[in-house]
Parts: sequence; C-alpha cells; structure tokens
Amino acid sequence: MKTGSEAAQAEICVPAKVVPRGDLRFTAERGQREVFCGLTGIIWLHRKIQDAFFLVVGSRTCAHLIQSAAGVMIFAEPRFATAIIDERDLAGLADANEELDRVVTQLLARRPDIKLLFLVGSCPSEVIKLDLSRAALRLSGRFSPQVRVLNYSGSGIETTFTQGEDACLAALVPSLPAAERGAPASLLVVGALADVVEDQLRGLLNGLGLANVQFFPPRRSTELPSVGANTRFLLAQPFLADTARALEERGAKHLPAPFPLGADGTLAWLRAAAAAWQIDEATFRRVTQPAYERAQRSLVRYREQLAGKRVFFFPDSQLEVPLARFLATELAMELVEVGTPFLHRAHLAAELELLPSGTSLVEGQHVENQLDRCHAARPDLVVCGLGLANPLEAQGLTTKWSIELVFTPIQGFNQAADLAELFARPLVRRTRLVA
Amino acid sequence: MQLTVWTYEGPPHVGAMRIATAMRDVHYVLHAPQGDTYADLLFTMIERLPRRPPVTYTTFQARDLGGDTAGLFQRAAQEAYDRFQPKAMLVGASCTAELIQDDPGGLARALKLPIPVVQLELPSYQKKENWGAAETFYQIVRAMASPDAPPPGFKRPSREPGTRASCNLLGPTALGFRHRDDIRAVTQLLEQLKVDVNVIAPLGATPADLARLGEADFNVVLYPETGMQAAQWLSRTFDQPVVKSIPIGLGATREFIAEVAALAGSDPAPALHGAPSHSSWYSHSVDSTYLTGKRVFVFGDATHAVAAARIASQELGFTVVGLGTYSREFAREVREAAKQYGVEALITDDYLQVEAKVAELQPELVLGTQMERHIAKRLGVPCAVISAPVHVQDFPARYSPQMGFEGANVIFDTWVHPLMMGLEEHLLTMFRGDFEFNDAAPASHLGSTAALKPAPAEPATAAAGGRVWAPEAEKELGKIPFFVRGKARRNTERYAAERAVDLITVETLYDAKAHFSR
Repeated sequence: MKTGSEAAQAEICVPAKVVPRGDLRFTAERGQREVFCGLTGIIWLHRKIQDAFFLVVGSRTCAHLIQSAAGVMIFAEPRFATAIIDERDLAGLADANEELDRVVTQLLARRPDIKLLFLVGSCPSEVIKLDLSRAALRLSGRFSPQVRVLNYSGSGIETTFTQGEDACLAALVPSLPAAERGAPASLLVVGALADVVEDQLRGLLNGLGLANVQFFPPRRSTELPSVGANTRFLLAQPFLADTARALEERGAKHLPAPFPLGADGTLAWLRAAAAAWQIDEATFRRVTQPAYERAQRSLVRYREQLAGKRVFFFPDSQLEVPLARFLATELAMELVEVGTPFLHRAHLAAELELLPSGTSLVEGQHVENQLDRCHAARPDLVVCGLGLANPLEAQGLTTKWSIELVFTPIQGFNQAADLAELFARPLVRRTRLVA
Repeated sequence: MQLTVWTYEGPPHVGAMRIATAMRDVHYVLHAPQGDTYADLLFTMIERLPRRPPVTYTTFQARDLGGDTAGLFQRAAQEAYDRFQPKAMLVGASCTAELIQDDPGGLARALKLPIPVVQLELPSYQKKENWGAAETFYQIVRAMASPDAPPPGFKRPSREPGTRASCNLLGPTALGFRHRDDIRAVTQLLEQLKVDVNVIAPLGATPADLARLGEADFNVVLYPETGMQAAQWLSRTFDQPVVKSIPIGLGATREFIAEVAALAGSDPAPALHGAPSHSSWYSHSVDSTYLTGKRVFVFGDATHAVAAARIASQELGFTVVGLGTYSREFAREVREAAKQYGVEALITDDYLQVEAKVAELQPELVLGTQMERHIAKRLGVPCAVISAPVHVQDFPARYSPQMGFEGANVIFDTWVHPLMMGLEEHLLTMFRGDFEFNDAAPASHLGSTAALKPAPAEPATAAAGGRVWAPEAEKELGKIPFFVRGKARRNTERYAAERAVDLITVETLYDAKAHFSR
C-alpha cells in the first residue's frame, strides 16, 4: 500500500479521514439490561455454516431461550441442541465430562453429516467452571478427522446478543489455514451476512479488481478462508471486537471503514477496500456508481416518509450506531437517543464521525430509566427488542423490533431501500389502521 | 446431562413468572444473569400482552460476579418496590443465580419492605415450569391467606338455607392454553348453577383477593398442574372441598355440573339444558361415520391429554392408539387413563421419544402440543393442538374455550378440520393411481398444493426372517393408504412367519387381512 501523501498525488481512492469529535454526548448506564445473551446468535449461525452443529452446555433456561428467541420453532430438525445440566452433574454424582462425552457421542451418531461441532458455554457451565476448551480438545482427538470440536462462550455473564457471533468466530480463527508466505494480498470480509448480500458484495469487489475475496464465516466449515500477513480484512458487522483481535494476531490487517448499511455506508465500505488495493478513482466510480445511484434513487420515497421523524434506539445488537448514522444522514431522521449495549469506539470511529452534532449515545442500560426517557421524549419511532415492543405499542408509541434488523439482509446497495422500508413500515401501518 | 432439541417446559422460574404476570399488584424480583429477560417476550409476543411482565431482573454479568451480587439484588428489589409499589413481592433465583447462593429471601427481608415478601425456592436443575407455577401459586396463597386462617381442625359450618354457594376458580395463569376463554365458559356454567365466583386466581387476582380465598364454600381446580397444590392446602386449612371433574368434553362437562350442583345444593337441570351442544349432534350425524375408529395419538399436559383421549374415544368414536404426557408429576393419572384404552402411557419430556412413537404407531390424527404439530408435519399426519406449550396461534382472537359445552364445539371443529373428509377418503381408496388426487396429496379442503412427504421409509422387499415379498404383493401393498400400510405389512409378515410362508403373494396379503380384520 502507498502512504497517504503518495495516494493524494495519484488518482487513487482514499478512505474518508476520521477525526475524533467532541460534540457527541456519551453516557454510560448500569441497571437492568433487557437484552439477549450470546446464545441467541446460534439462531442465525447454525443456518449460515451448514455443516456445523451448536451444542449448548447449559440449563433448561438456555434450551428454552433458544427455542423461544426464534419466536417459533421453525426448524423441525435444527442444527443446535442443549446438553441440559441436571442435579446429578452438580452434585458430582456424575462426572460432567463423562456425561458430556456421552451426549456428544449420541449426537454425532444421530447427525453423521456434521463436520464442525461447537460446544457453547453458558452461564451455569461457567459458574460451575466446566472447562469446555479441554473438553473440545479431548473430543476433537476422539472424533477427528471426521468432526472438529471447538468451544466458545455464549453466556449472558460474558456476552450480549451479537457478541455470541464474535465469540464463535474468534474461536474459529485459530483453525483458519495459514496463507502461504508471499501469497498475493487477499481481502477477508468478516461477519455473518445473508448469502444474497455476500454474492453482491463479492461481485462489486471482484469488479473493482480484487480477485482474492473471501468471506468469514464460510457457508461450509470445509471452506475456511486462509489468513496471513497479506490478508486485509473489512468488518461487515460492528460487533466483532474479539474476532478482529484474533485475526490481527494472525497477521491480518484491519481496514477501518463505516459499515455497509445504506448507499453511502456501502460506498464508503467499498472505498476502504479500493484504497487499500490502490484502485484508481475512475475504476471505483465506474464499478460502484450505477449501483450507488440506483440505491440512492430507491431511498427517495422512504426519505419522504421518514425525514424529520424522531427515532429512539434501545440497546440490542450493537448495530445501533451504524443504523442511526444511516437514518440520520441518508433519510434525514432525527436521533433522540442511540442506546447500544457496548460501544467499540475504534471499530465505530468512522461511524461516530458521521453522526450529527449533539447526538446522545447511551452505552449499557437501565431499562426503567430508559423507558422513562423514551416516554418523556415521545419519539415517532422506537427501535427495541421483543420484550418491550408490544407494551410500548399499547402505550401509543410506534416500534420497530430490532431483532428483524439482525435476521434480514440489510447490507449493501441493493438492500438499502429494504432497510429503510423496515423503519417506514411501522409508521405507514399506523396511518393505515383507523379502527 | 440430557440431550435436548426442544423442551416442553421452561425452567421453574418461568412458571413463577406465569403466576406473577397473571396477577395484579404483584412484583417478582428475579436474581438472574443478563439474557434471562428473554422470558418477557413469551408474554409480550406469544400471548401478546400489552404490558411488560411485572418482573425485575438483576441481569448480573461477569464483572458483577467478582463483586457484590447480593448488593445488586438488594438494590434491584428496593428500586422495584419504589417504582412499582406492589402489594406483594415474590423473590427468587434463576438457574445461574441458584448456583451463586445469594439468598434472595434473606436479602429481601433485610430491606424491611412494608409488604409481604414471598421467597421462592425453585430448584432449576430438578424441576420444570409447571411445577414452578404450582409451587409459586401455593406459596403466595399461603402467604396471603394464612393470616386469616382458622385454627387447625376447623370444620366449615353448613351454609345458611336460601343463600347462594360460592367457589374459587383456581389454576388459570398467564401463557396458559385457552385459560382466558375457559374462565368465561366455566363462569357461565356456574352462573346457571346459581353459584357465585368468589375469587379467580391467579389470573386477574390481587394479593388481597388471595386473602379472601377462605370465604368460598369450595374450590374448582381448572388446571391441576398449576392449581392443585394450593387447592389441597386450602382444603386442609379452610375445609373447602375440591371439585374433581374438569369440564373438557361433553361427558366431563355433565359430570362437572353434577358435582358442582351436589356441592352447592343447586338444580343441575338449567345448566344441562341451557347450552345445547352442536358437537354431540354433529358426531351422531351420518357424515361423521367416517370418523369411526380413526387411530389417534394423544400427547400433552396431563389434564388436556386425559380429557382429549376421553373425547376422542367416547365422543368422536376414534381409537386411541397412544396416550402420553410430559407432566411427570401427573404420570399416575395418565397411566390410569391409558389402561382404559389398552395402551401403555408414554411419560417423557424427550421430544425425540415422542417422535419415534408417532412414527411407530402411524396414527391417522395426532392430538398434541406445538411439538407434535412439528412431528406430525414431518410425518405427513394431520394434527390438532390440545395443550401447552403454547404458540402465538394458541391465542386466537375469537372466543375459543376448551371447557364447557362451547368448548366441546370448539374441540369438534378443531380436530375434525385437519382430517380428510369422508367421501374424499373413499374416492382416494377407490382410485389410488390418480396423478393429482392420491394419498400423497393433502386433503383438498386444506388448500395446499405442496405434496406431503412420504411416510417413513419402509423396509425393502426382503421381509424379516428370510421371507420375500413377491413384486405383485408389494404393488398391492402400495395401494393401501399410507397410514395403515405399515400395519398391513407387519400383519402380513407376522401371518407369513406363523405359517412358514416364504414367498408373500397377493393371496397371503389378503389371507392375512381376513385373519386380522377387526
């Protein structure tokens, strides 16, 4: 890569400059947190990596959570299950490790198609200090090469909602094959994305001239991307702190960028890759402009519906800051409060820069106080979890369930209008219903 | 450790939440890690309650575990009291908090709140949701009703002549299967019997209402899974008899009316005559003859499963080929009932075992929970839902009780609808080779064009014990409707084995059919 001054002389793409700003209002809050634990990530991860199985080692509560968080039981034969700890395991009557080996053997006999098994730690397994990393090593030894066994924690005491994906991917990083020394530069896109989004982003990146583009996590565990000193990575999701750190330990370099939400967000995200690959500005424009302009056109009708509307975010997935940026800058909405469970200032630097002056960001949660603020502010739209949405609707507020933003393809140019529509729909619905 | 794909019941603290959420002026402070708040959405999304469950969670995280989690609990309890001003507080721990042993009861008492504080001990690693609900209801009933309890050995004086009897309705909770509508149906029956309802609890009751439970003459337990433990204590303490019949189905509703009338000294005739049931006539009408002997598999909570088996057998003329429950606490009652149908009760909370049983029995209709709905869908068998665990569809917008005469009507419609209609079934049997209209296609009135999955794989032409199916016999077997094909195959092979017939021909098939015909 060239240095900044060289890039300025040639007509080479440069990433947007990030200046830390002092006019955002940051508050940290503690109290009851109305958020999911990291186990919830299993709901999309088990669909993303199609030959992987997720075995939660936990309590009946964990099993009940995964089954309920999915809203309904969609999958008659899911690729996840729970090994429920019972009193015999706690009383030491049964050696928990022997029991776990028995359950895993039973499971793999049932599912011979599984190539990768995650033992997922939970609150109870952590409090009783059941060492799942040792169990994973032991079971890997027994079942390799047919099945690789890894572990991570999705417990609520360690992880909040999407941090479960971070923990899962971070656990997978050491298994990534090493790129050969002197291998050509490759781009790794990190974070689970819908297949359709992946295909679109790959097409754009290839169009820019990046031949070697890989996605992590892959659709199959046998297609793990290689990583090394010539790997550059772009984060597709804002909640991947540990994964990014693990990749950096493998020599990969992070390309700071806003997240690919909205037309401008996607353009800036692609620009970061283009700059790293020294793609000339003309090529960048030629490749991105048609899709970018189409995305902008598709947003016009939603901007008419949403401009000036006041939005309030409850913390949920860590997607709140990039989403707020999209709503404010591309749809002209007004940000009342942007709550987020955790604010990773380094990964969000480019996003924070784009937020309007005076935006109130609240990290953590005290749900009762936050509800008080929300009621006092009477926003036009509240983005919140499923536990709060109906009660707020019943009190006359209009809500958007935040979990849909995690389960829907929203990244990239072609999804920009879909993302806007998710926010417009509740408002449209309210105007339609007269009875 | 138990390998679990789906669970029938949540942990016991969710049962406690069902009590707290059902009641008014009660608040539950739950020592629980971050993430356990998922349980709120059961109530706000599945039941679509327009308010948050009255539960405050401590939502501790790793950084709190090194510090003062007990202090965290106390602050949460004090804040909850200050903010919500409940008339009674439940305190307890979820599975993880149970392991850190902070003693929520002691901590809450130390706050000296000016309201009753009920400490819940719900062992998460042994017990489940319904047990947790029953225990919680019992504990709060005891806490609220004890202060006004008469001395031990109290005998209830007989009612003054000419006064109306009164009763309590016990057991309905939040997130219950049709509880809201059952209350209305049963209240109407009681009105016709000239019996006053003193208190309905826990659904809609306040702590003050629980304190008045002893004023009723007797108790009606609608759902023993959640209400019986409290009813037994009330029976001992206030000498209140318990009505044993549960009015699900026509026969059981008539028994319920008779039992209540006897206790209340009222005339059962108006209640018996006041609500004519369509279901009885529909079941007797000739177009229902196709229902005769349909093989049904029943699984659910104990109360609904036992009631469903009786309705299926006595009121619809089905044959009960399997009966089971996930309610281990009521295994005895279900085993008893199963004996009447000549089947062995399946007592399990393992979804995989239930699935294997349904596949083995190949019933023509499954009456189960949401889990069995999935099983039946996979196996291509019609299904109707009769019991919790609940799904958003189990909270219909319309009045849709299970209890009383209207409940019997609702049940008739719900169970018959998924089945193939009588004449359609005959046409299928007559012309099996039709490419559009065959036994792999779903019932035409259900409007789906998607073909059902074939029945579970059957063994290849080689039969057990070295016997072989002749190709014509195999083809003939294929003409038998899929839901009895497995049974026909088994019977034929058994018949052949008993007679040492090595080659199974079309003749063998029909010999066996004649031999085993019912």
